Amino acid sequence: MSAPVVEVSDLRVELEGSGVDIVDEIALQIHAGEVLGLVGESGSGKTTVGMALLGHVRRGGKVGGGAVAVDGRDVSALGDDELRRLRGGVVAYIPQDPGTALNPALRIGTQLAEVLEAHASSWSEEERRQRVREALAEVALPTDGVFLRRYPHQLSGGQQQRVAIAMAFANRPKVIVCDEPTTGLDVTTQARVLETVRDLCRSHQVAALYVTHDLAVVAELADRVAVMYAGRIVESGAREAIFSAPRHPYTRRLLRAVPDIAGKRTVVGIPGRAALPGSRPEGCFFHPRCPLADDESRSAFPPVTELGGGHMVRCFHHAEAVKHAEPEGAGQLGPRTVGEELVLTVRDLDAHYGASHALFRIDLDVHREECLALVGESGSGKTTLARSVSGLHSDYTGQVRLRDDPLPEAARRRSREARKEIQYIFQNPYASLNPRRTIGQTIGRQLQLFYPGARADTGRRVAECLERVALSSSAASRFPDQLSGGERQRVAIARALAAQPSVLICDEVTSALDVSVQAAIIELLGELRRDMGLSLLFITHDLALIRTIADRVAVMNKGRIVEQGSVDGILTAPSAEYTRELLANTPSIEVALGHAPPTAAST
Amino acid sequence: MSDQTADRALDLTLEQPPTLIEAAPARARFALVADALRLGRTRVGLGIVTVLVLIALVGPLVAPYSPTEFVGIPNSPPSSDAMFGTDALGRDVLSRFLHGGRTVLWLSAAATLLGIVVGVVVGLIAAYARNWLDDVLMRSNDVLLAFPQIIFVLLAVSAIGPKLWLIVLTVGLTHAPRVARVIRGAALEVVERDFVKSAEVVGEARWRIVFGEVLPNVTSPLLVEVGLRMTYSIGLVAGISFLGFGLQPPDADWGLMINENRLSLTVQPWSVVLPVIAIGFLTVGTNLVTDGLSRALAGIDRRADS
Repeated sequence: MSAPVVEVSDLRVELEGSGVDIVDEIALQIHAGEVLGLVGESGSGKTTVGMALLGHVRRGGKVGGGAVAVDGRDVSALGDDELRRLRGGVVAYIPQDPGTALNPALRIGTQLAEVLEAHASSWSEEERRQRVREALAEVALPTDGVFLRRYPHQLSGGQQQRVAIAMAFANRPKVIVCDEPTTGLDVTTQARVLETVRDLCRSHQVAALYVTHDLAVVAELADRVAVMYAGRIVESGAREAIFSAPRHPYTRRLLRAVPDIAGKRTVVGIPGRAALPGSRPEGCFFHPRCPLADDESRSAFPPVTELGGGHMVRCFHHAEAVKHAEPEGAGQLGPRTVGEELVLTVRDLDAHYGASHALFRIDLDVHREECLALVGESGSGKTTLARSVSGLHSDYTGQVRLRDDPLPEAARRRSREARKEIQYIFQNPYASLNPRRTIGQTIGRQLQLFYPGARADTGRRVAECLERVALSSSAASRFPDQLSGGERQRVAIARALAAQPSVLICDEVTSALDVSVQAAIIELLGELRRDMGLSLLFITHDLALIRTIADRVAVMNKGRIVEQGSVDGILTAPSAEYTRELLANTPSIEVALGHAPPTAAST
Repeated sequence: MSDQTADRALDLTLEQPPTLIEAAPARARFALVADALRLGRTRVGLGIVTVLVLIALVGPLVAPYSPTEFVGIPNSPPSSDAMFGTDALGRDVLSRFLHGGRTVLWLSAAATLLGIVVGVVVGLIAAYARNWLDDVLMRSNDVLLAFPQIIFVLLAVSAIGPKLWLIVLTVGLTHAPRVARVIRGAALEVVERDFVKSAEVVGEARWRIVFGEVLPNVTSPLLVEVGLRMTYSIGLVAGISFLGFGLQPPDADWGLMINENRLSLTVQPWSVVLPVIAIGFLTVGTNLVTDGLSRALAGIDRRADS
């Protein structure tokens, strides 16, 4: 095999001053034409590693050791000028958010030409113009003058990302670093962008490092995969090895946490929380959350074990891990018994935002103890619908009925009983809890509002609410910024439950969370629903999630419900063209590995 | 070994509450103040202010003479009887200085408090309303902002008379639109956050949302604003006293002392220099504290970004 284009050995990046390591002992090789998927949850250091390939360390950090060699050159030994030539020329970067990466004041054509000017200044004007067109054609964008004269804000998110990709590939780099380039995109757009990246890497023999938290995307795109946990690569190997025969307990648990559109199984969260730089435990960083932890893994970080075929794992117990039975999730698959009684009815609902018409003739039913998933891409109107139902958005016509009572539009005009019965959980737990109030005050206020009682009793009642979402009662004295994202979302759920509602509206409640945390929240919602007889209106953009939680699905597109039916029905035999497209574009580990047939739509 | 493994597996499948790390650092509720106090300028400012406040509060108790008592020949230089000499009417400069700080301080503090309270209420209501009410409040604000503060206050005292309550009222009210504008700006971002929506959806009363949810999230800019307004208040109040619209003779007051003795500045400088230094240092002190607070505030923002 030829020499790798990228060779990272024993890389350490640490915080300036304190010397606390952000990542350490990172070793990677990427060959020409190969895509390496670097997977990790937030705070695992994956972006730090990606940036290191560009010779960049975030402010406040510095390279503490090791070497990054790109195309045979040691990046850390390069001066500023050489680094500038390296970046964009030899190593290119595709950012997460093209909306902020493109200069809003420059036309598309000008920005692309700039990249070429910086690295191929000997070219003539005509050659450059030619190359700009080529670059755009490669990413399937129009090459005419009209398009070149556009500004970034005149393009859609997907088009912006394509422009960013075109810029990255324009100079024929040898290495591409992709930092979650599809995170902000809808699945349909994501699928096309991924295809473009894959094709370009293949055809130009580019070595790509694809940094992401999304295992399904990696399964579809990468040749090899490296899994990061708390600043270390804990397992790496060929795609098939990692997904079909993972050896590290963390990888195994992580895969169990990923919902899969084709896999008929529940998701299981990973208990505990990831260690942050500076507070990582002795020994193996995963041991506090690991079922196989023993004195050995508590005392030393496991060395690299070669398993053959390029599969490497850092675990003392990788052999046992395979035999170890994975826990079954608390969630439940398949249709559940659902009450006959209609709890929530939406009839003929049309909503407006000022002059724009956001929702058209929506009809929905939610039965007792039923979970109805509302699926759609961004801009489909699913959040507007949820807000109309809850009374947050009052500019609508049509009817929302709670059991048999029609509700007034605005929450403020609704009866206290109605407000108690319908509770709303927001997408971002970082924003939905008042940072200046303790958790106890936040939940206590909700209790006082709906169940005014003795103040002396509040503490005990708050503790009960916290216990219901598996938080210890000591959380009551904490402020939101002392909790992790998952813990905050649990608090938000506890607050909603404190009202003892019959309907919970969950607005993308897991989209701001890591997969392992998402799985735990999904499990929790499933349990609560069974135990408390709750109905759920579960809003999500992620079709893969619905099998693990929902009974029925309503698919939304452009303000209309295009299809409604049982989960199995929709997933196996979708009737609407739009649903088929969504299904086909939702990445799936099972499908990518050939373990499951492609979802209905792609046939 | 295998038994152990099985046991541990069982542990995990049982419901494991995500336990909170008990050793999490206790969050300082007044993180801004703590951060500000780490800066040298804040400490110096606080020291200056403390000394001058002590002089104003304790001064009357330790003053050797009554402020209105004639103790010697007018404009006599410092002597063993009068440490800083006598003023233009033959009263003890030190005693008048020690008595004269209270009015400046309490007038400024009261005016600041009034301005802050009115400004916060107006600013928060405007930010939360975001409708015609916002427009009405903020456009009236703009009109009020068009008047220089000192002109407005002088207009009022010359029309109604040199009343202390009038000074507090007018200085306070002219602060209000300035405070309102800052608070509205800070609150605009807060009212858009989900926890405010969350309070709306459960039907929390509007006043509770404004003062219970939004206000605690603008305390940092508010604190800076308090310091800033205090600095301006001191300047204004002292200025008005100097112009003769504040405390009336023969009562002692720093601003008034400057006015009374300015003609004999070359003969007996102490009766002017002492109050000038006091007023000067007081404003510098409050300004240093304010500066420290606003620097700490910017510092907090920077840390949140990184």
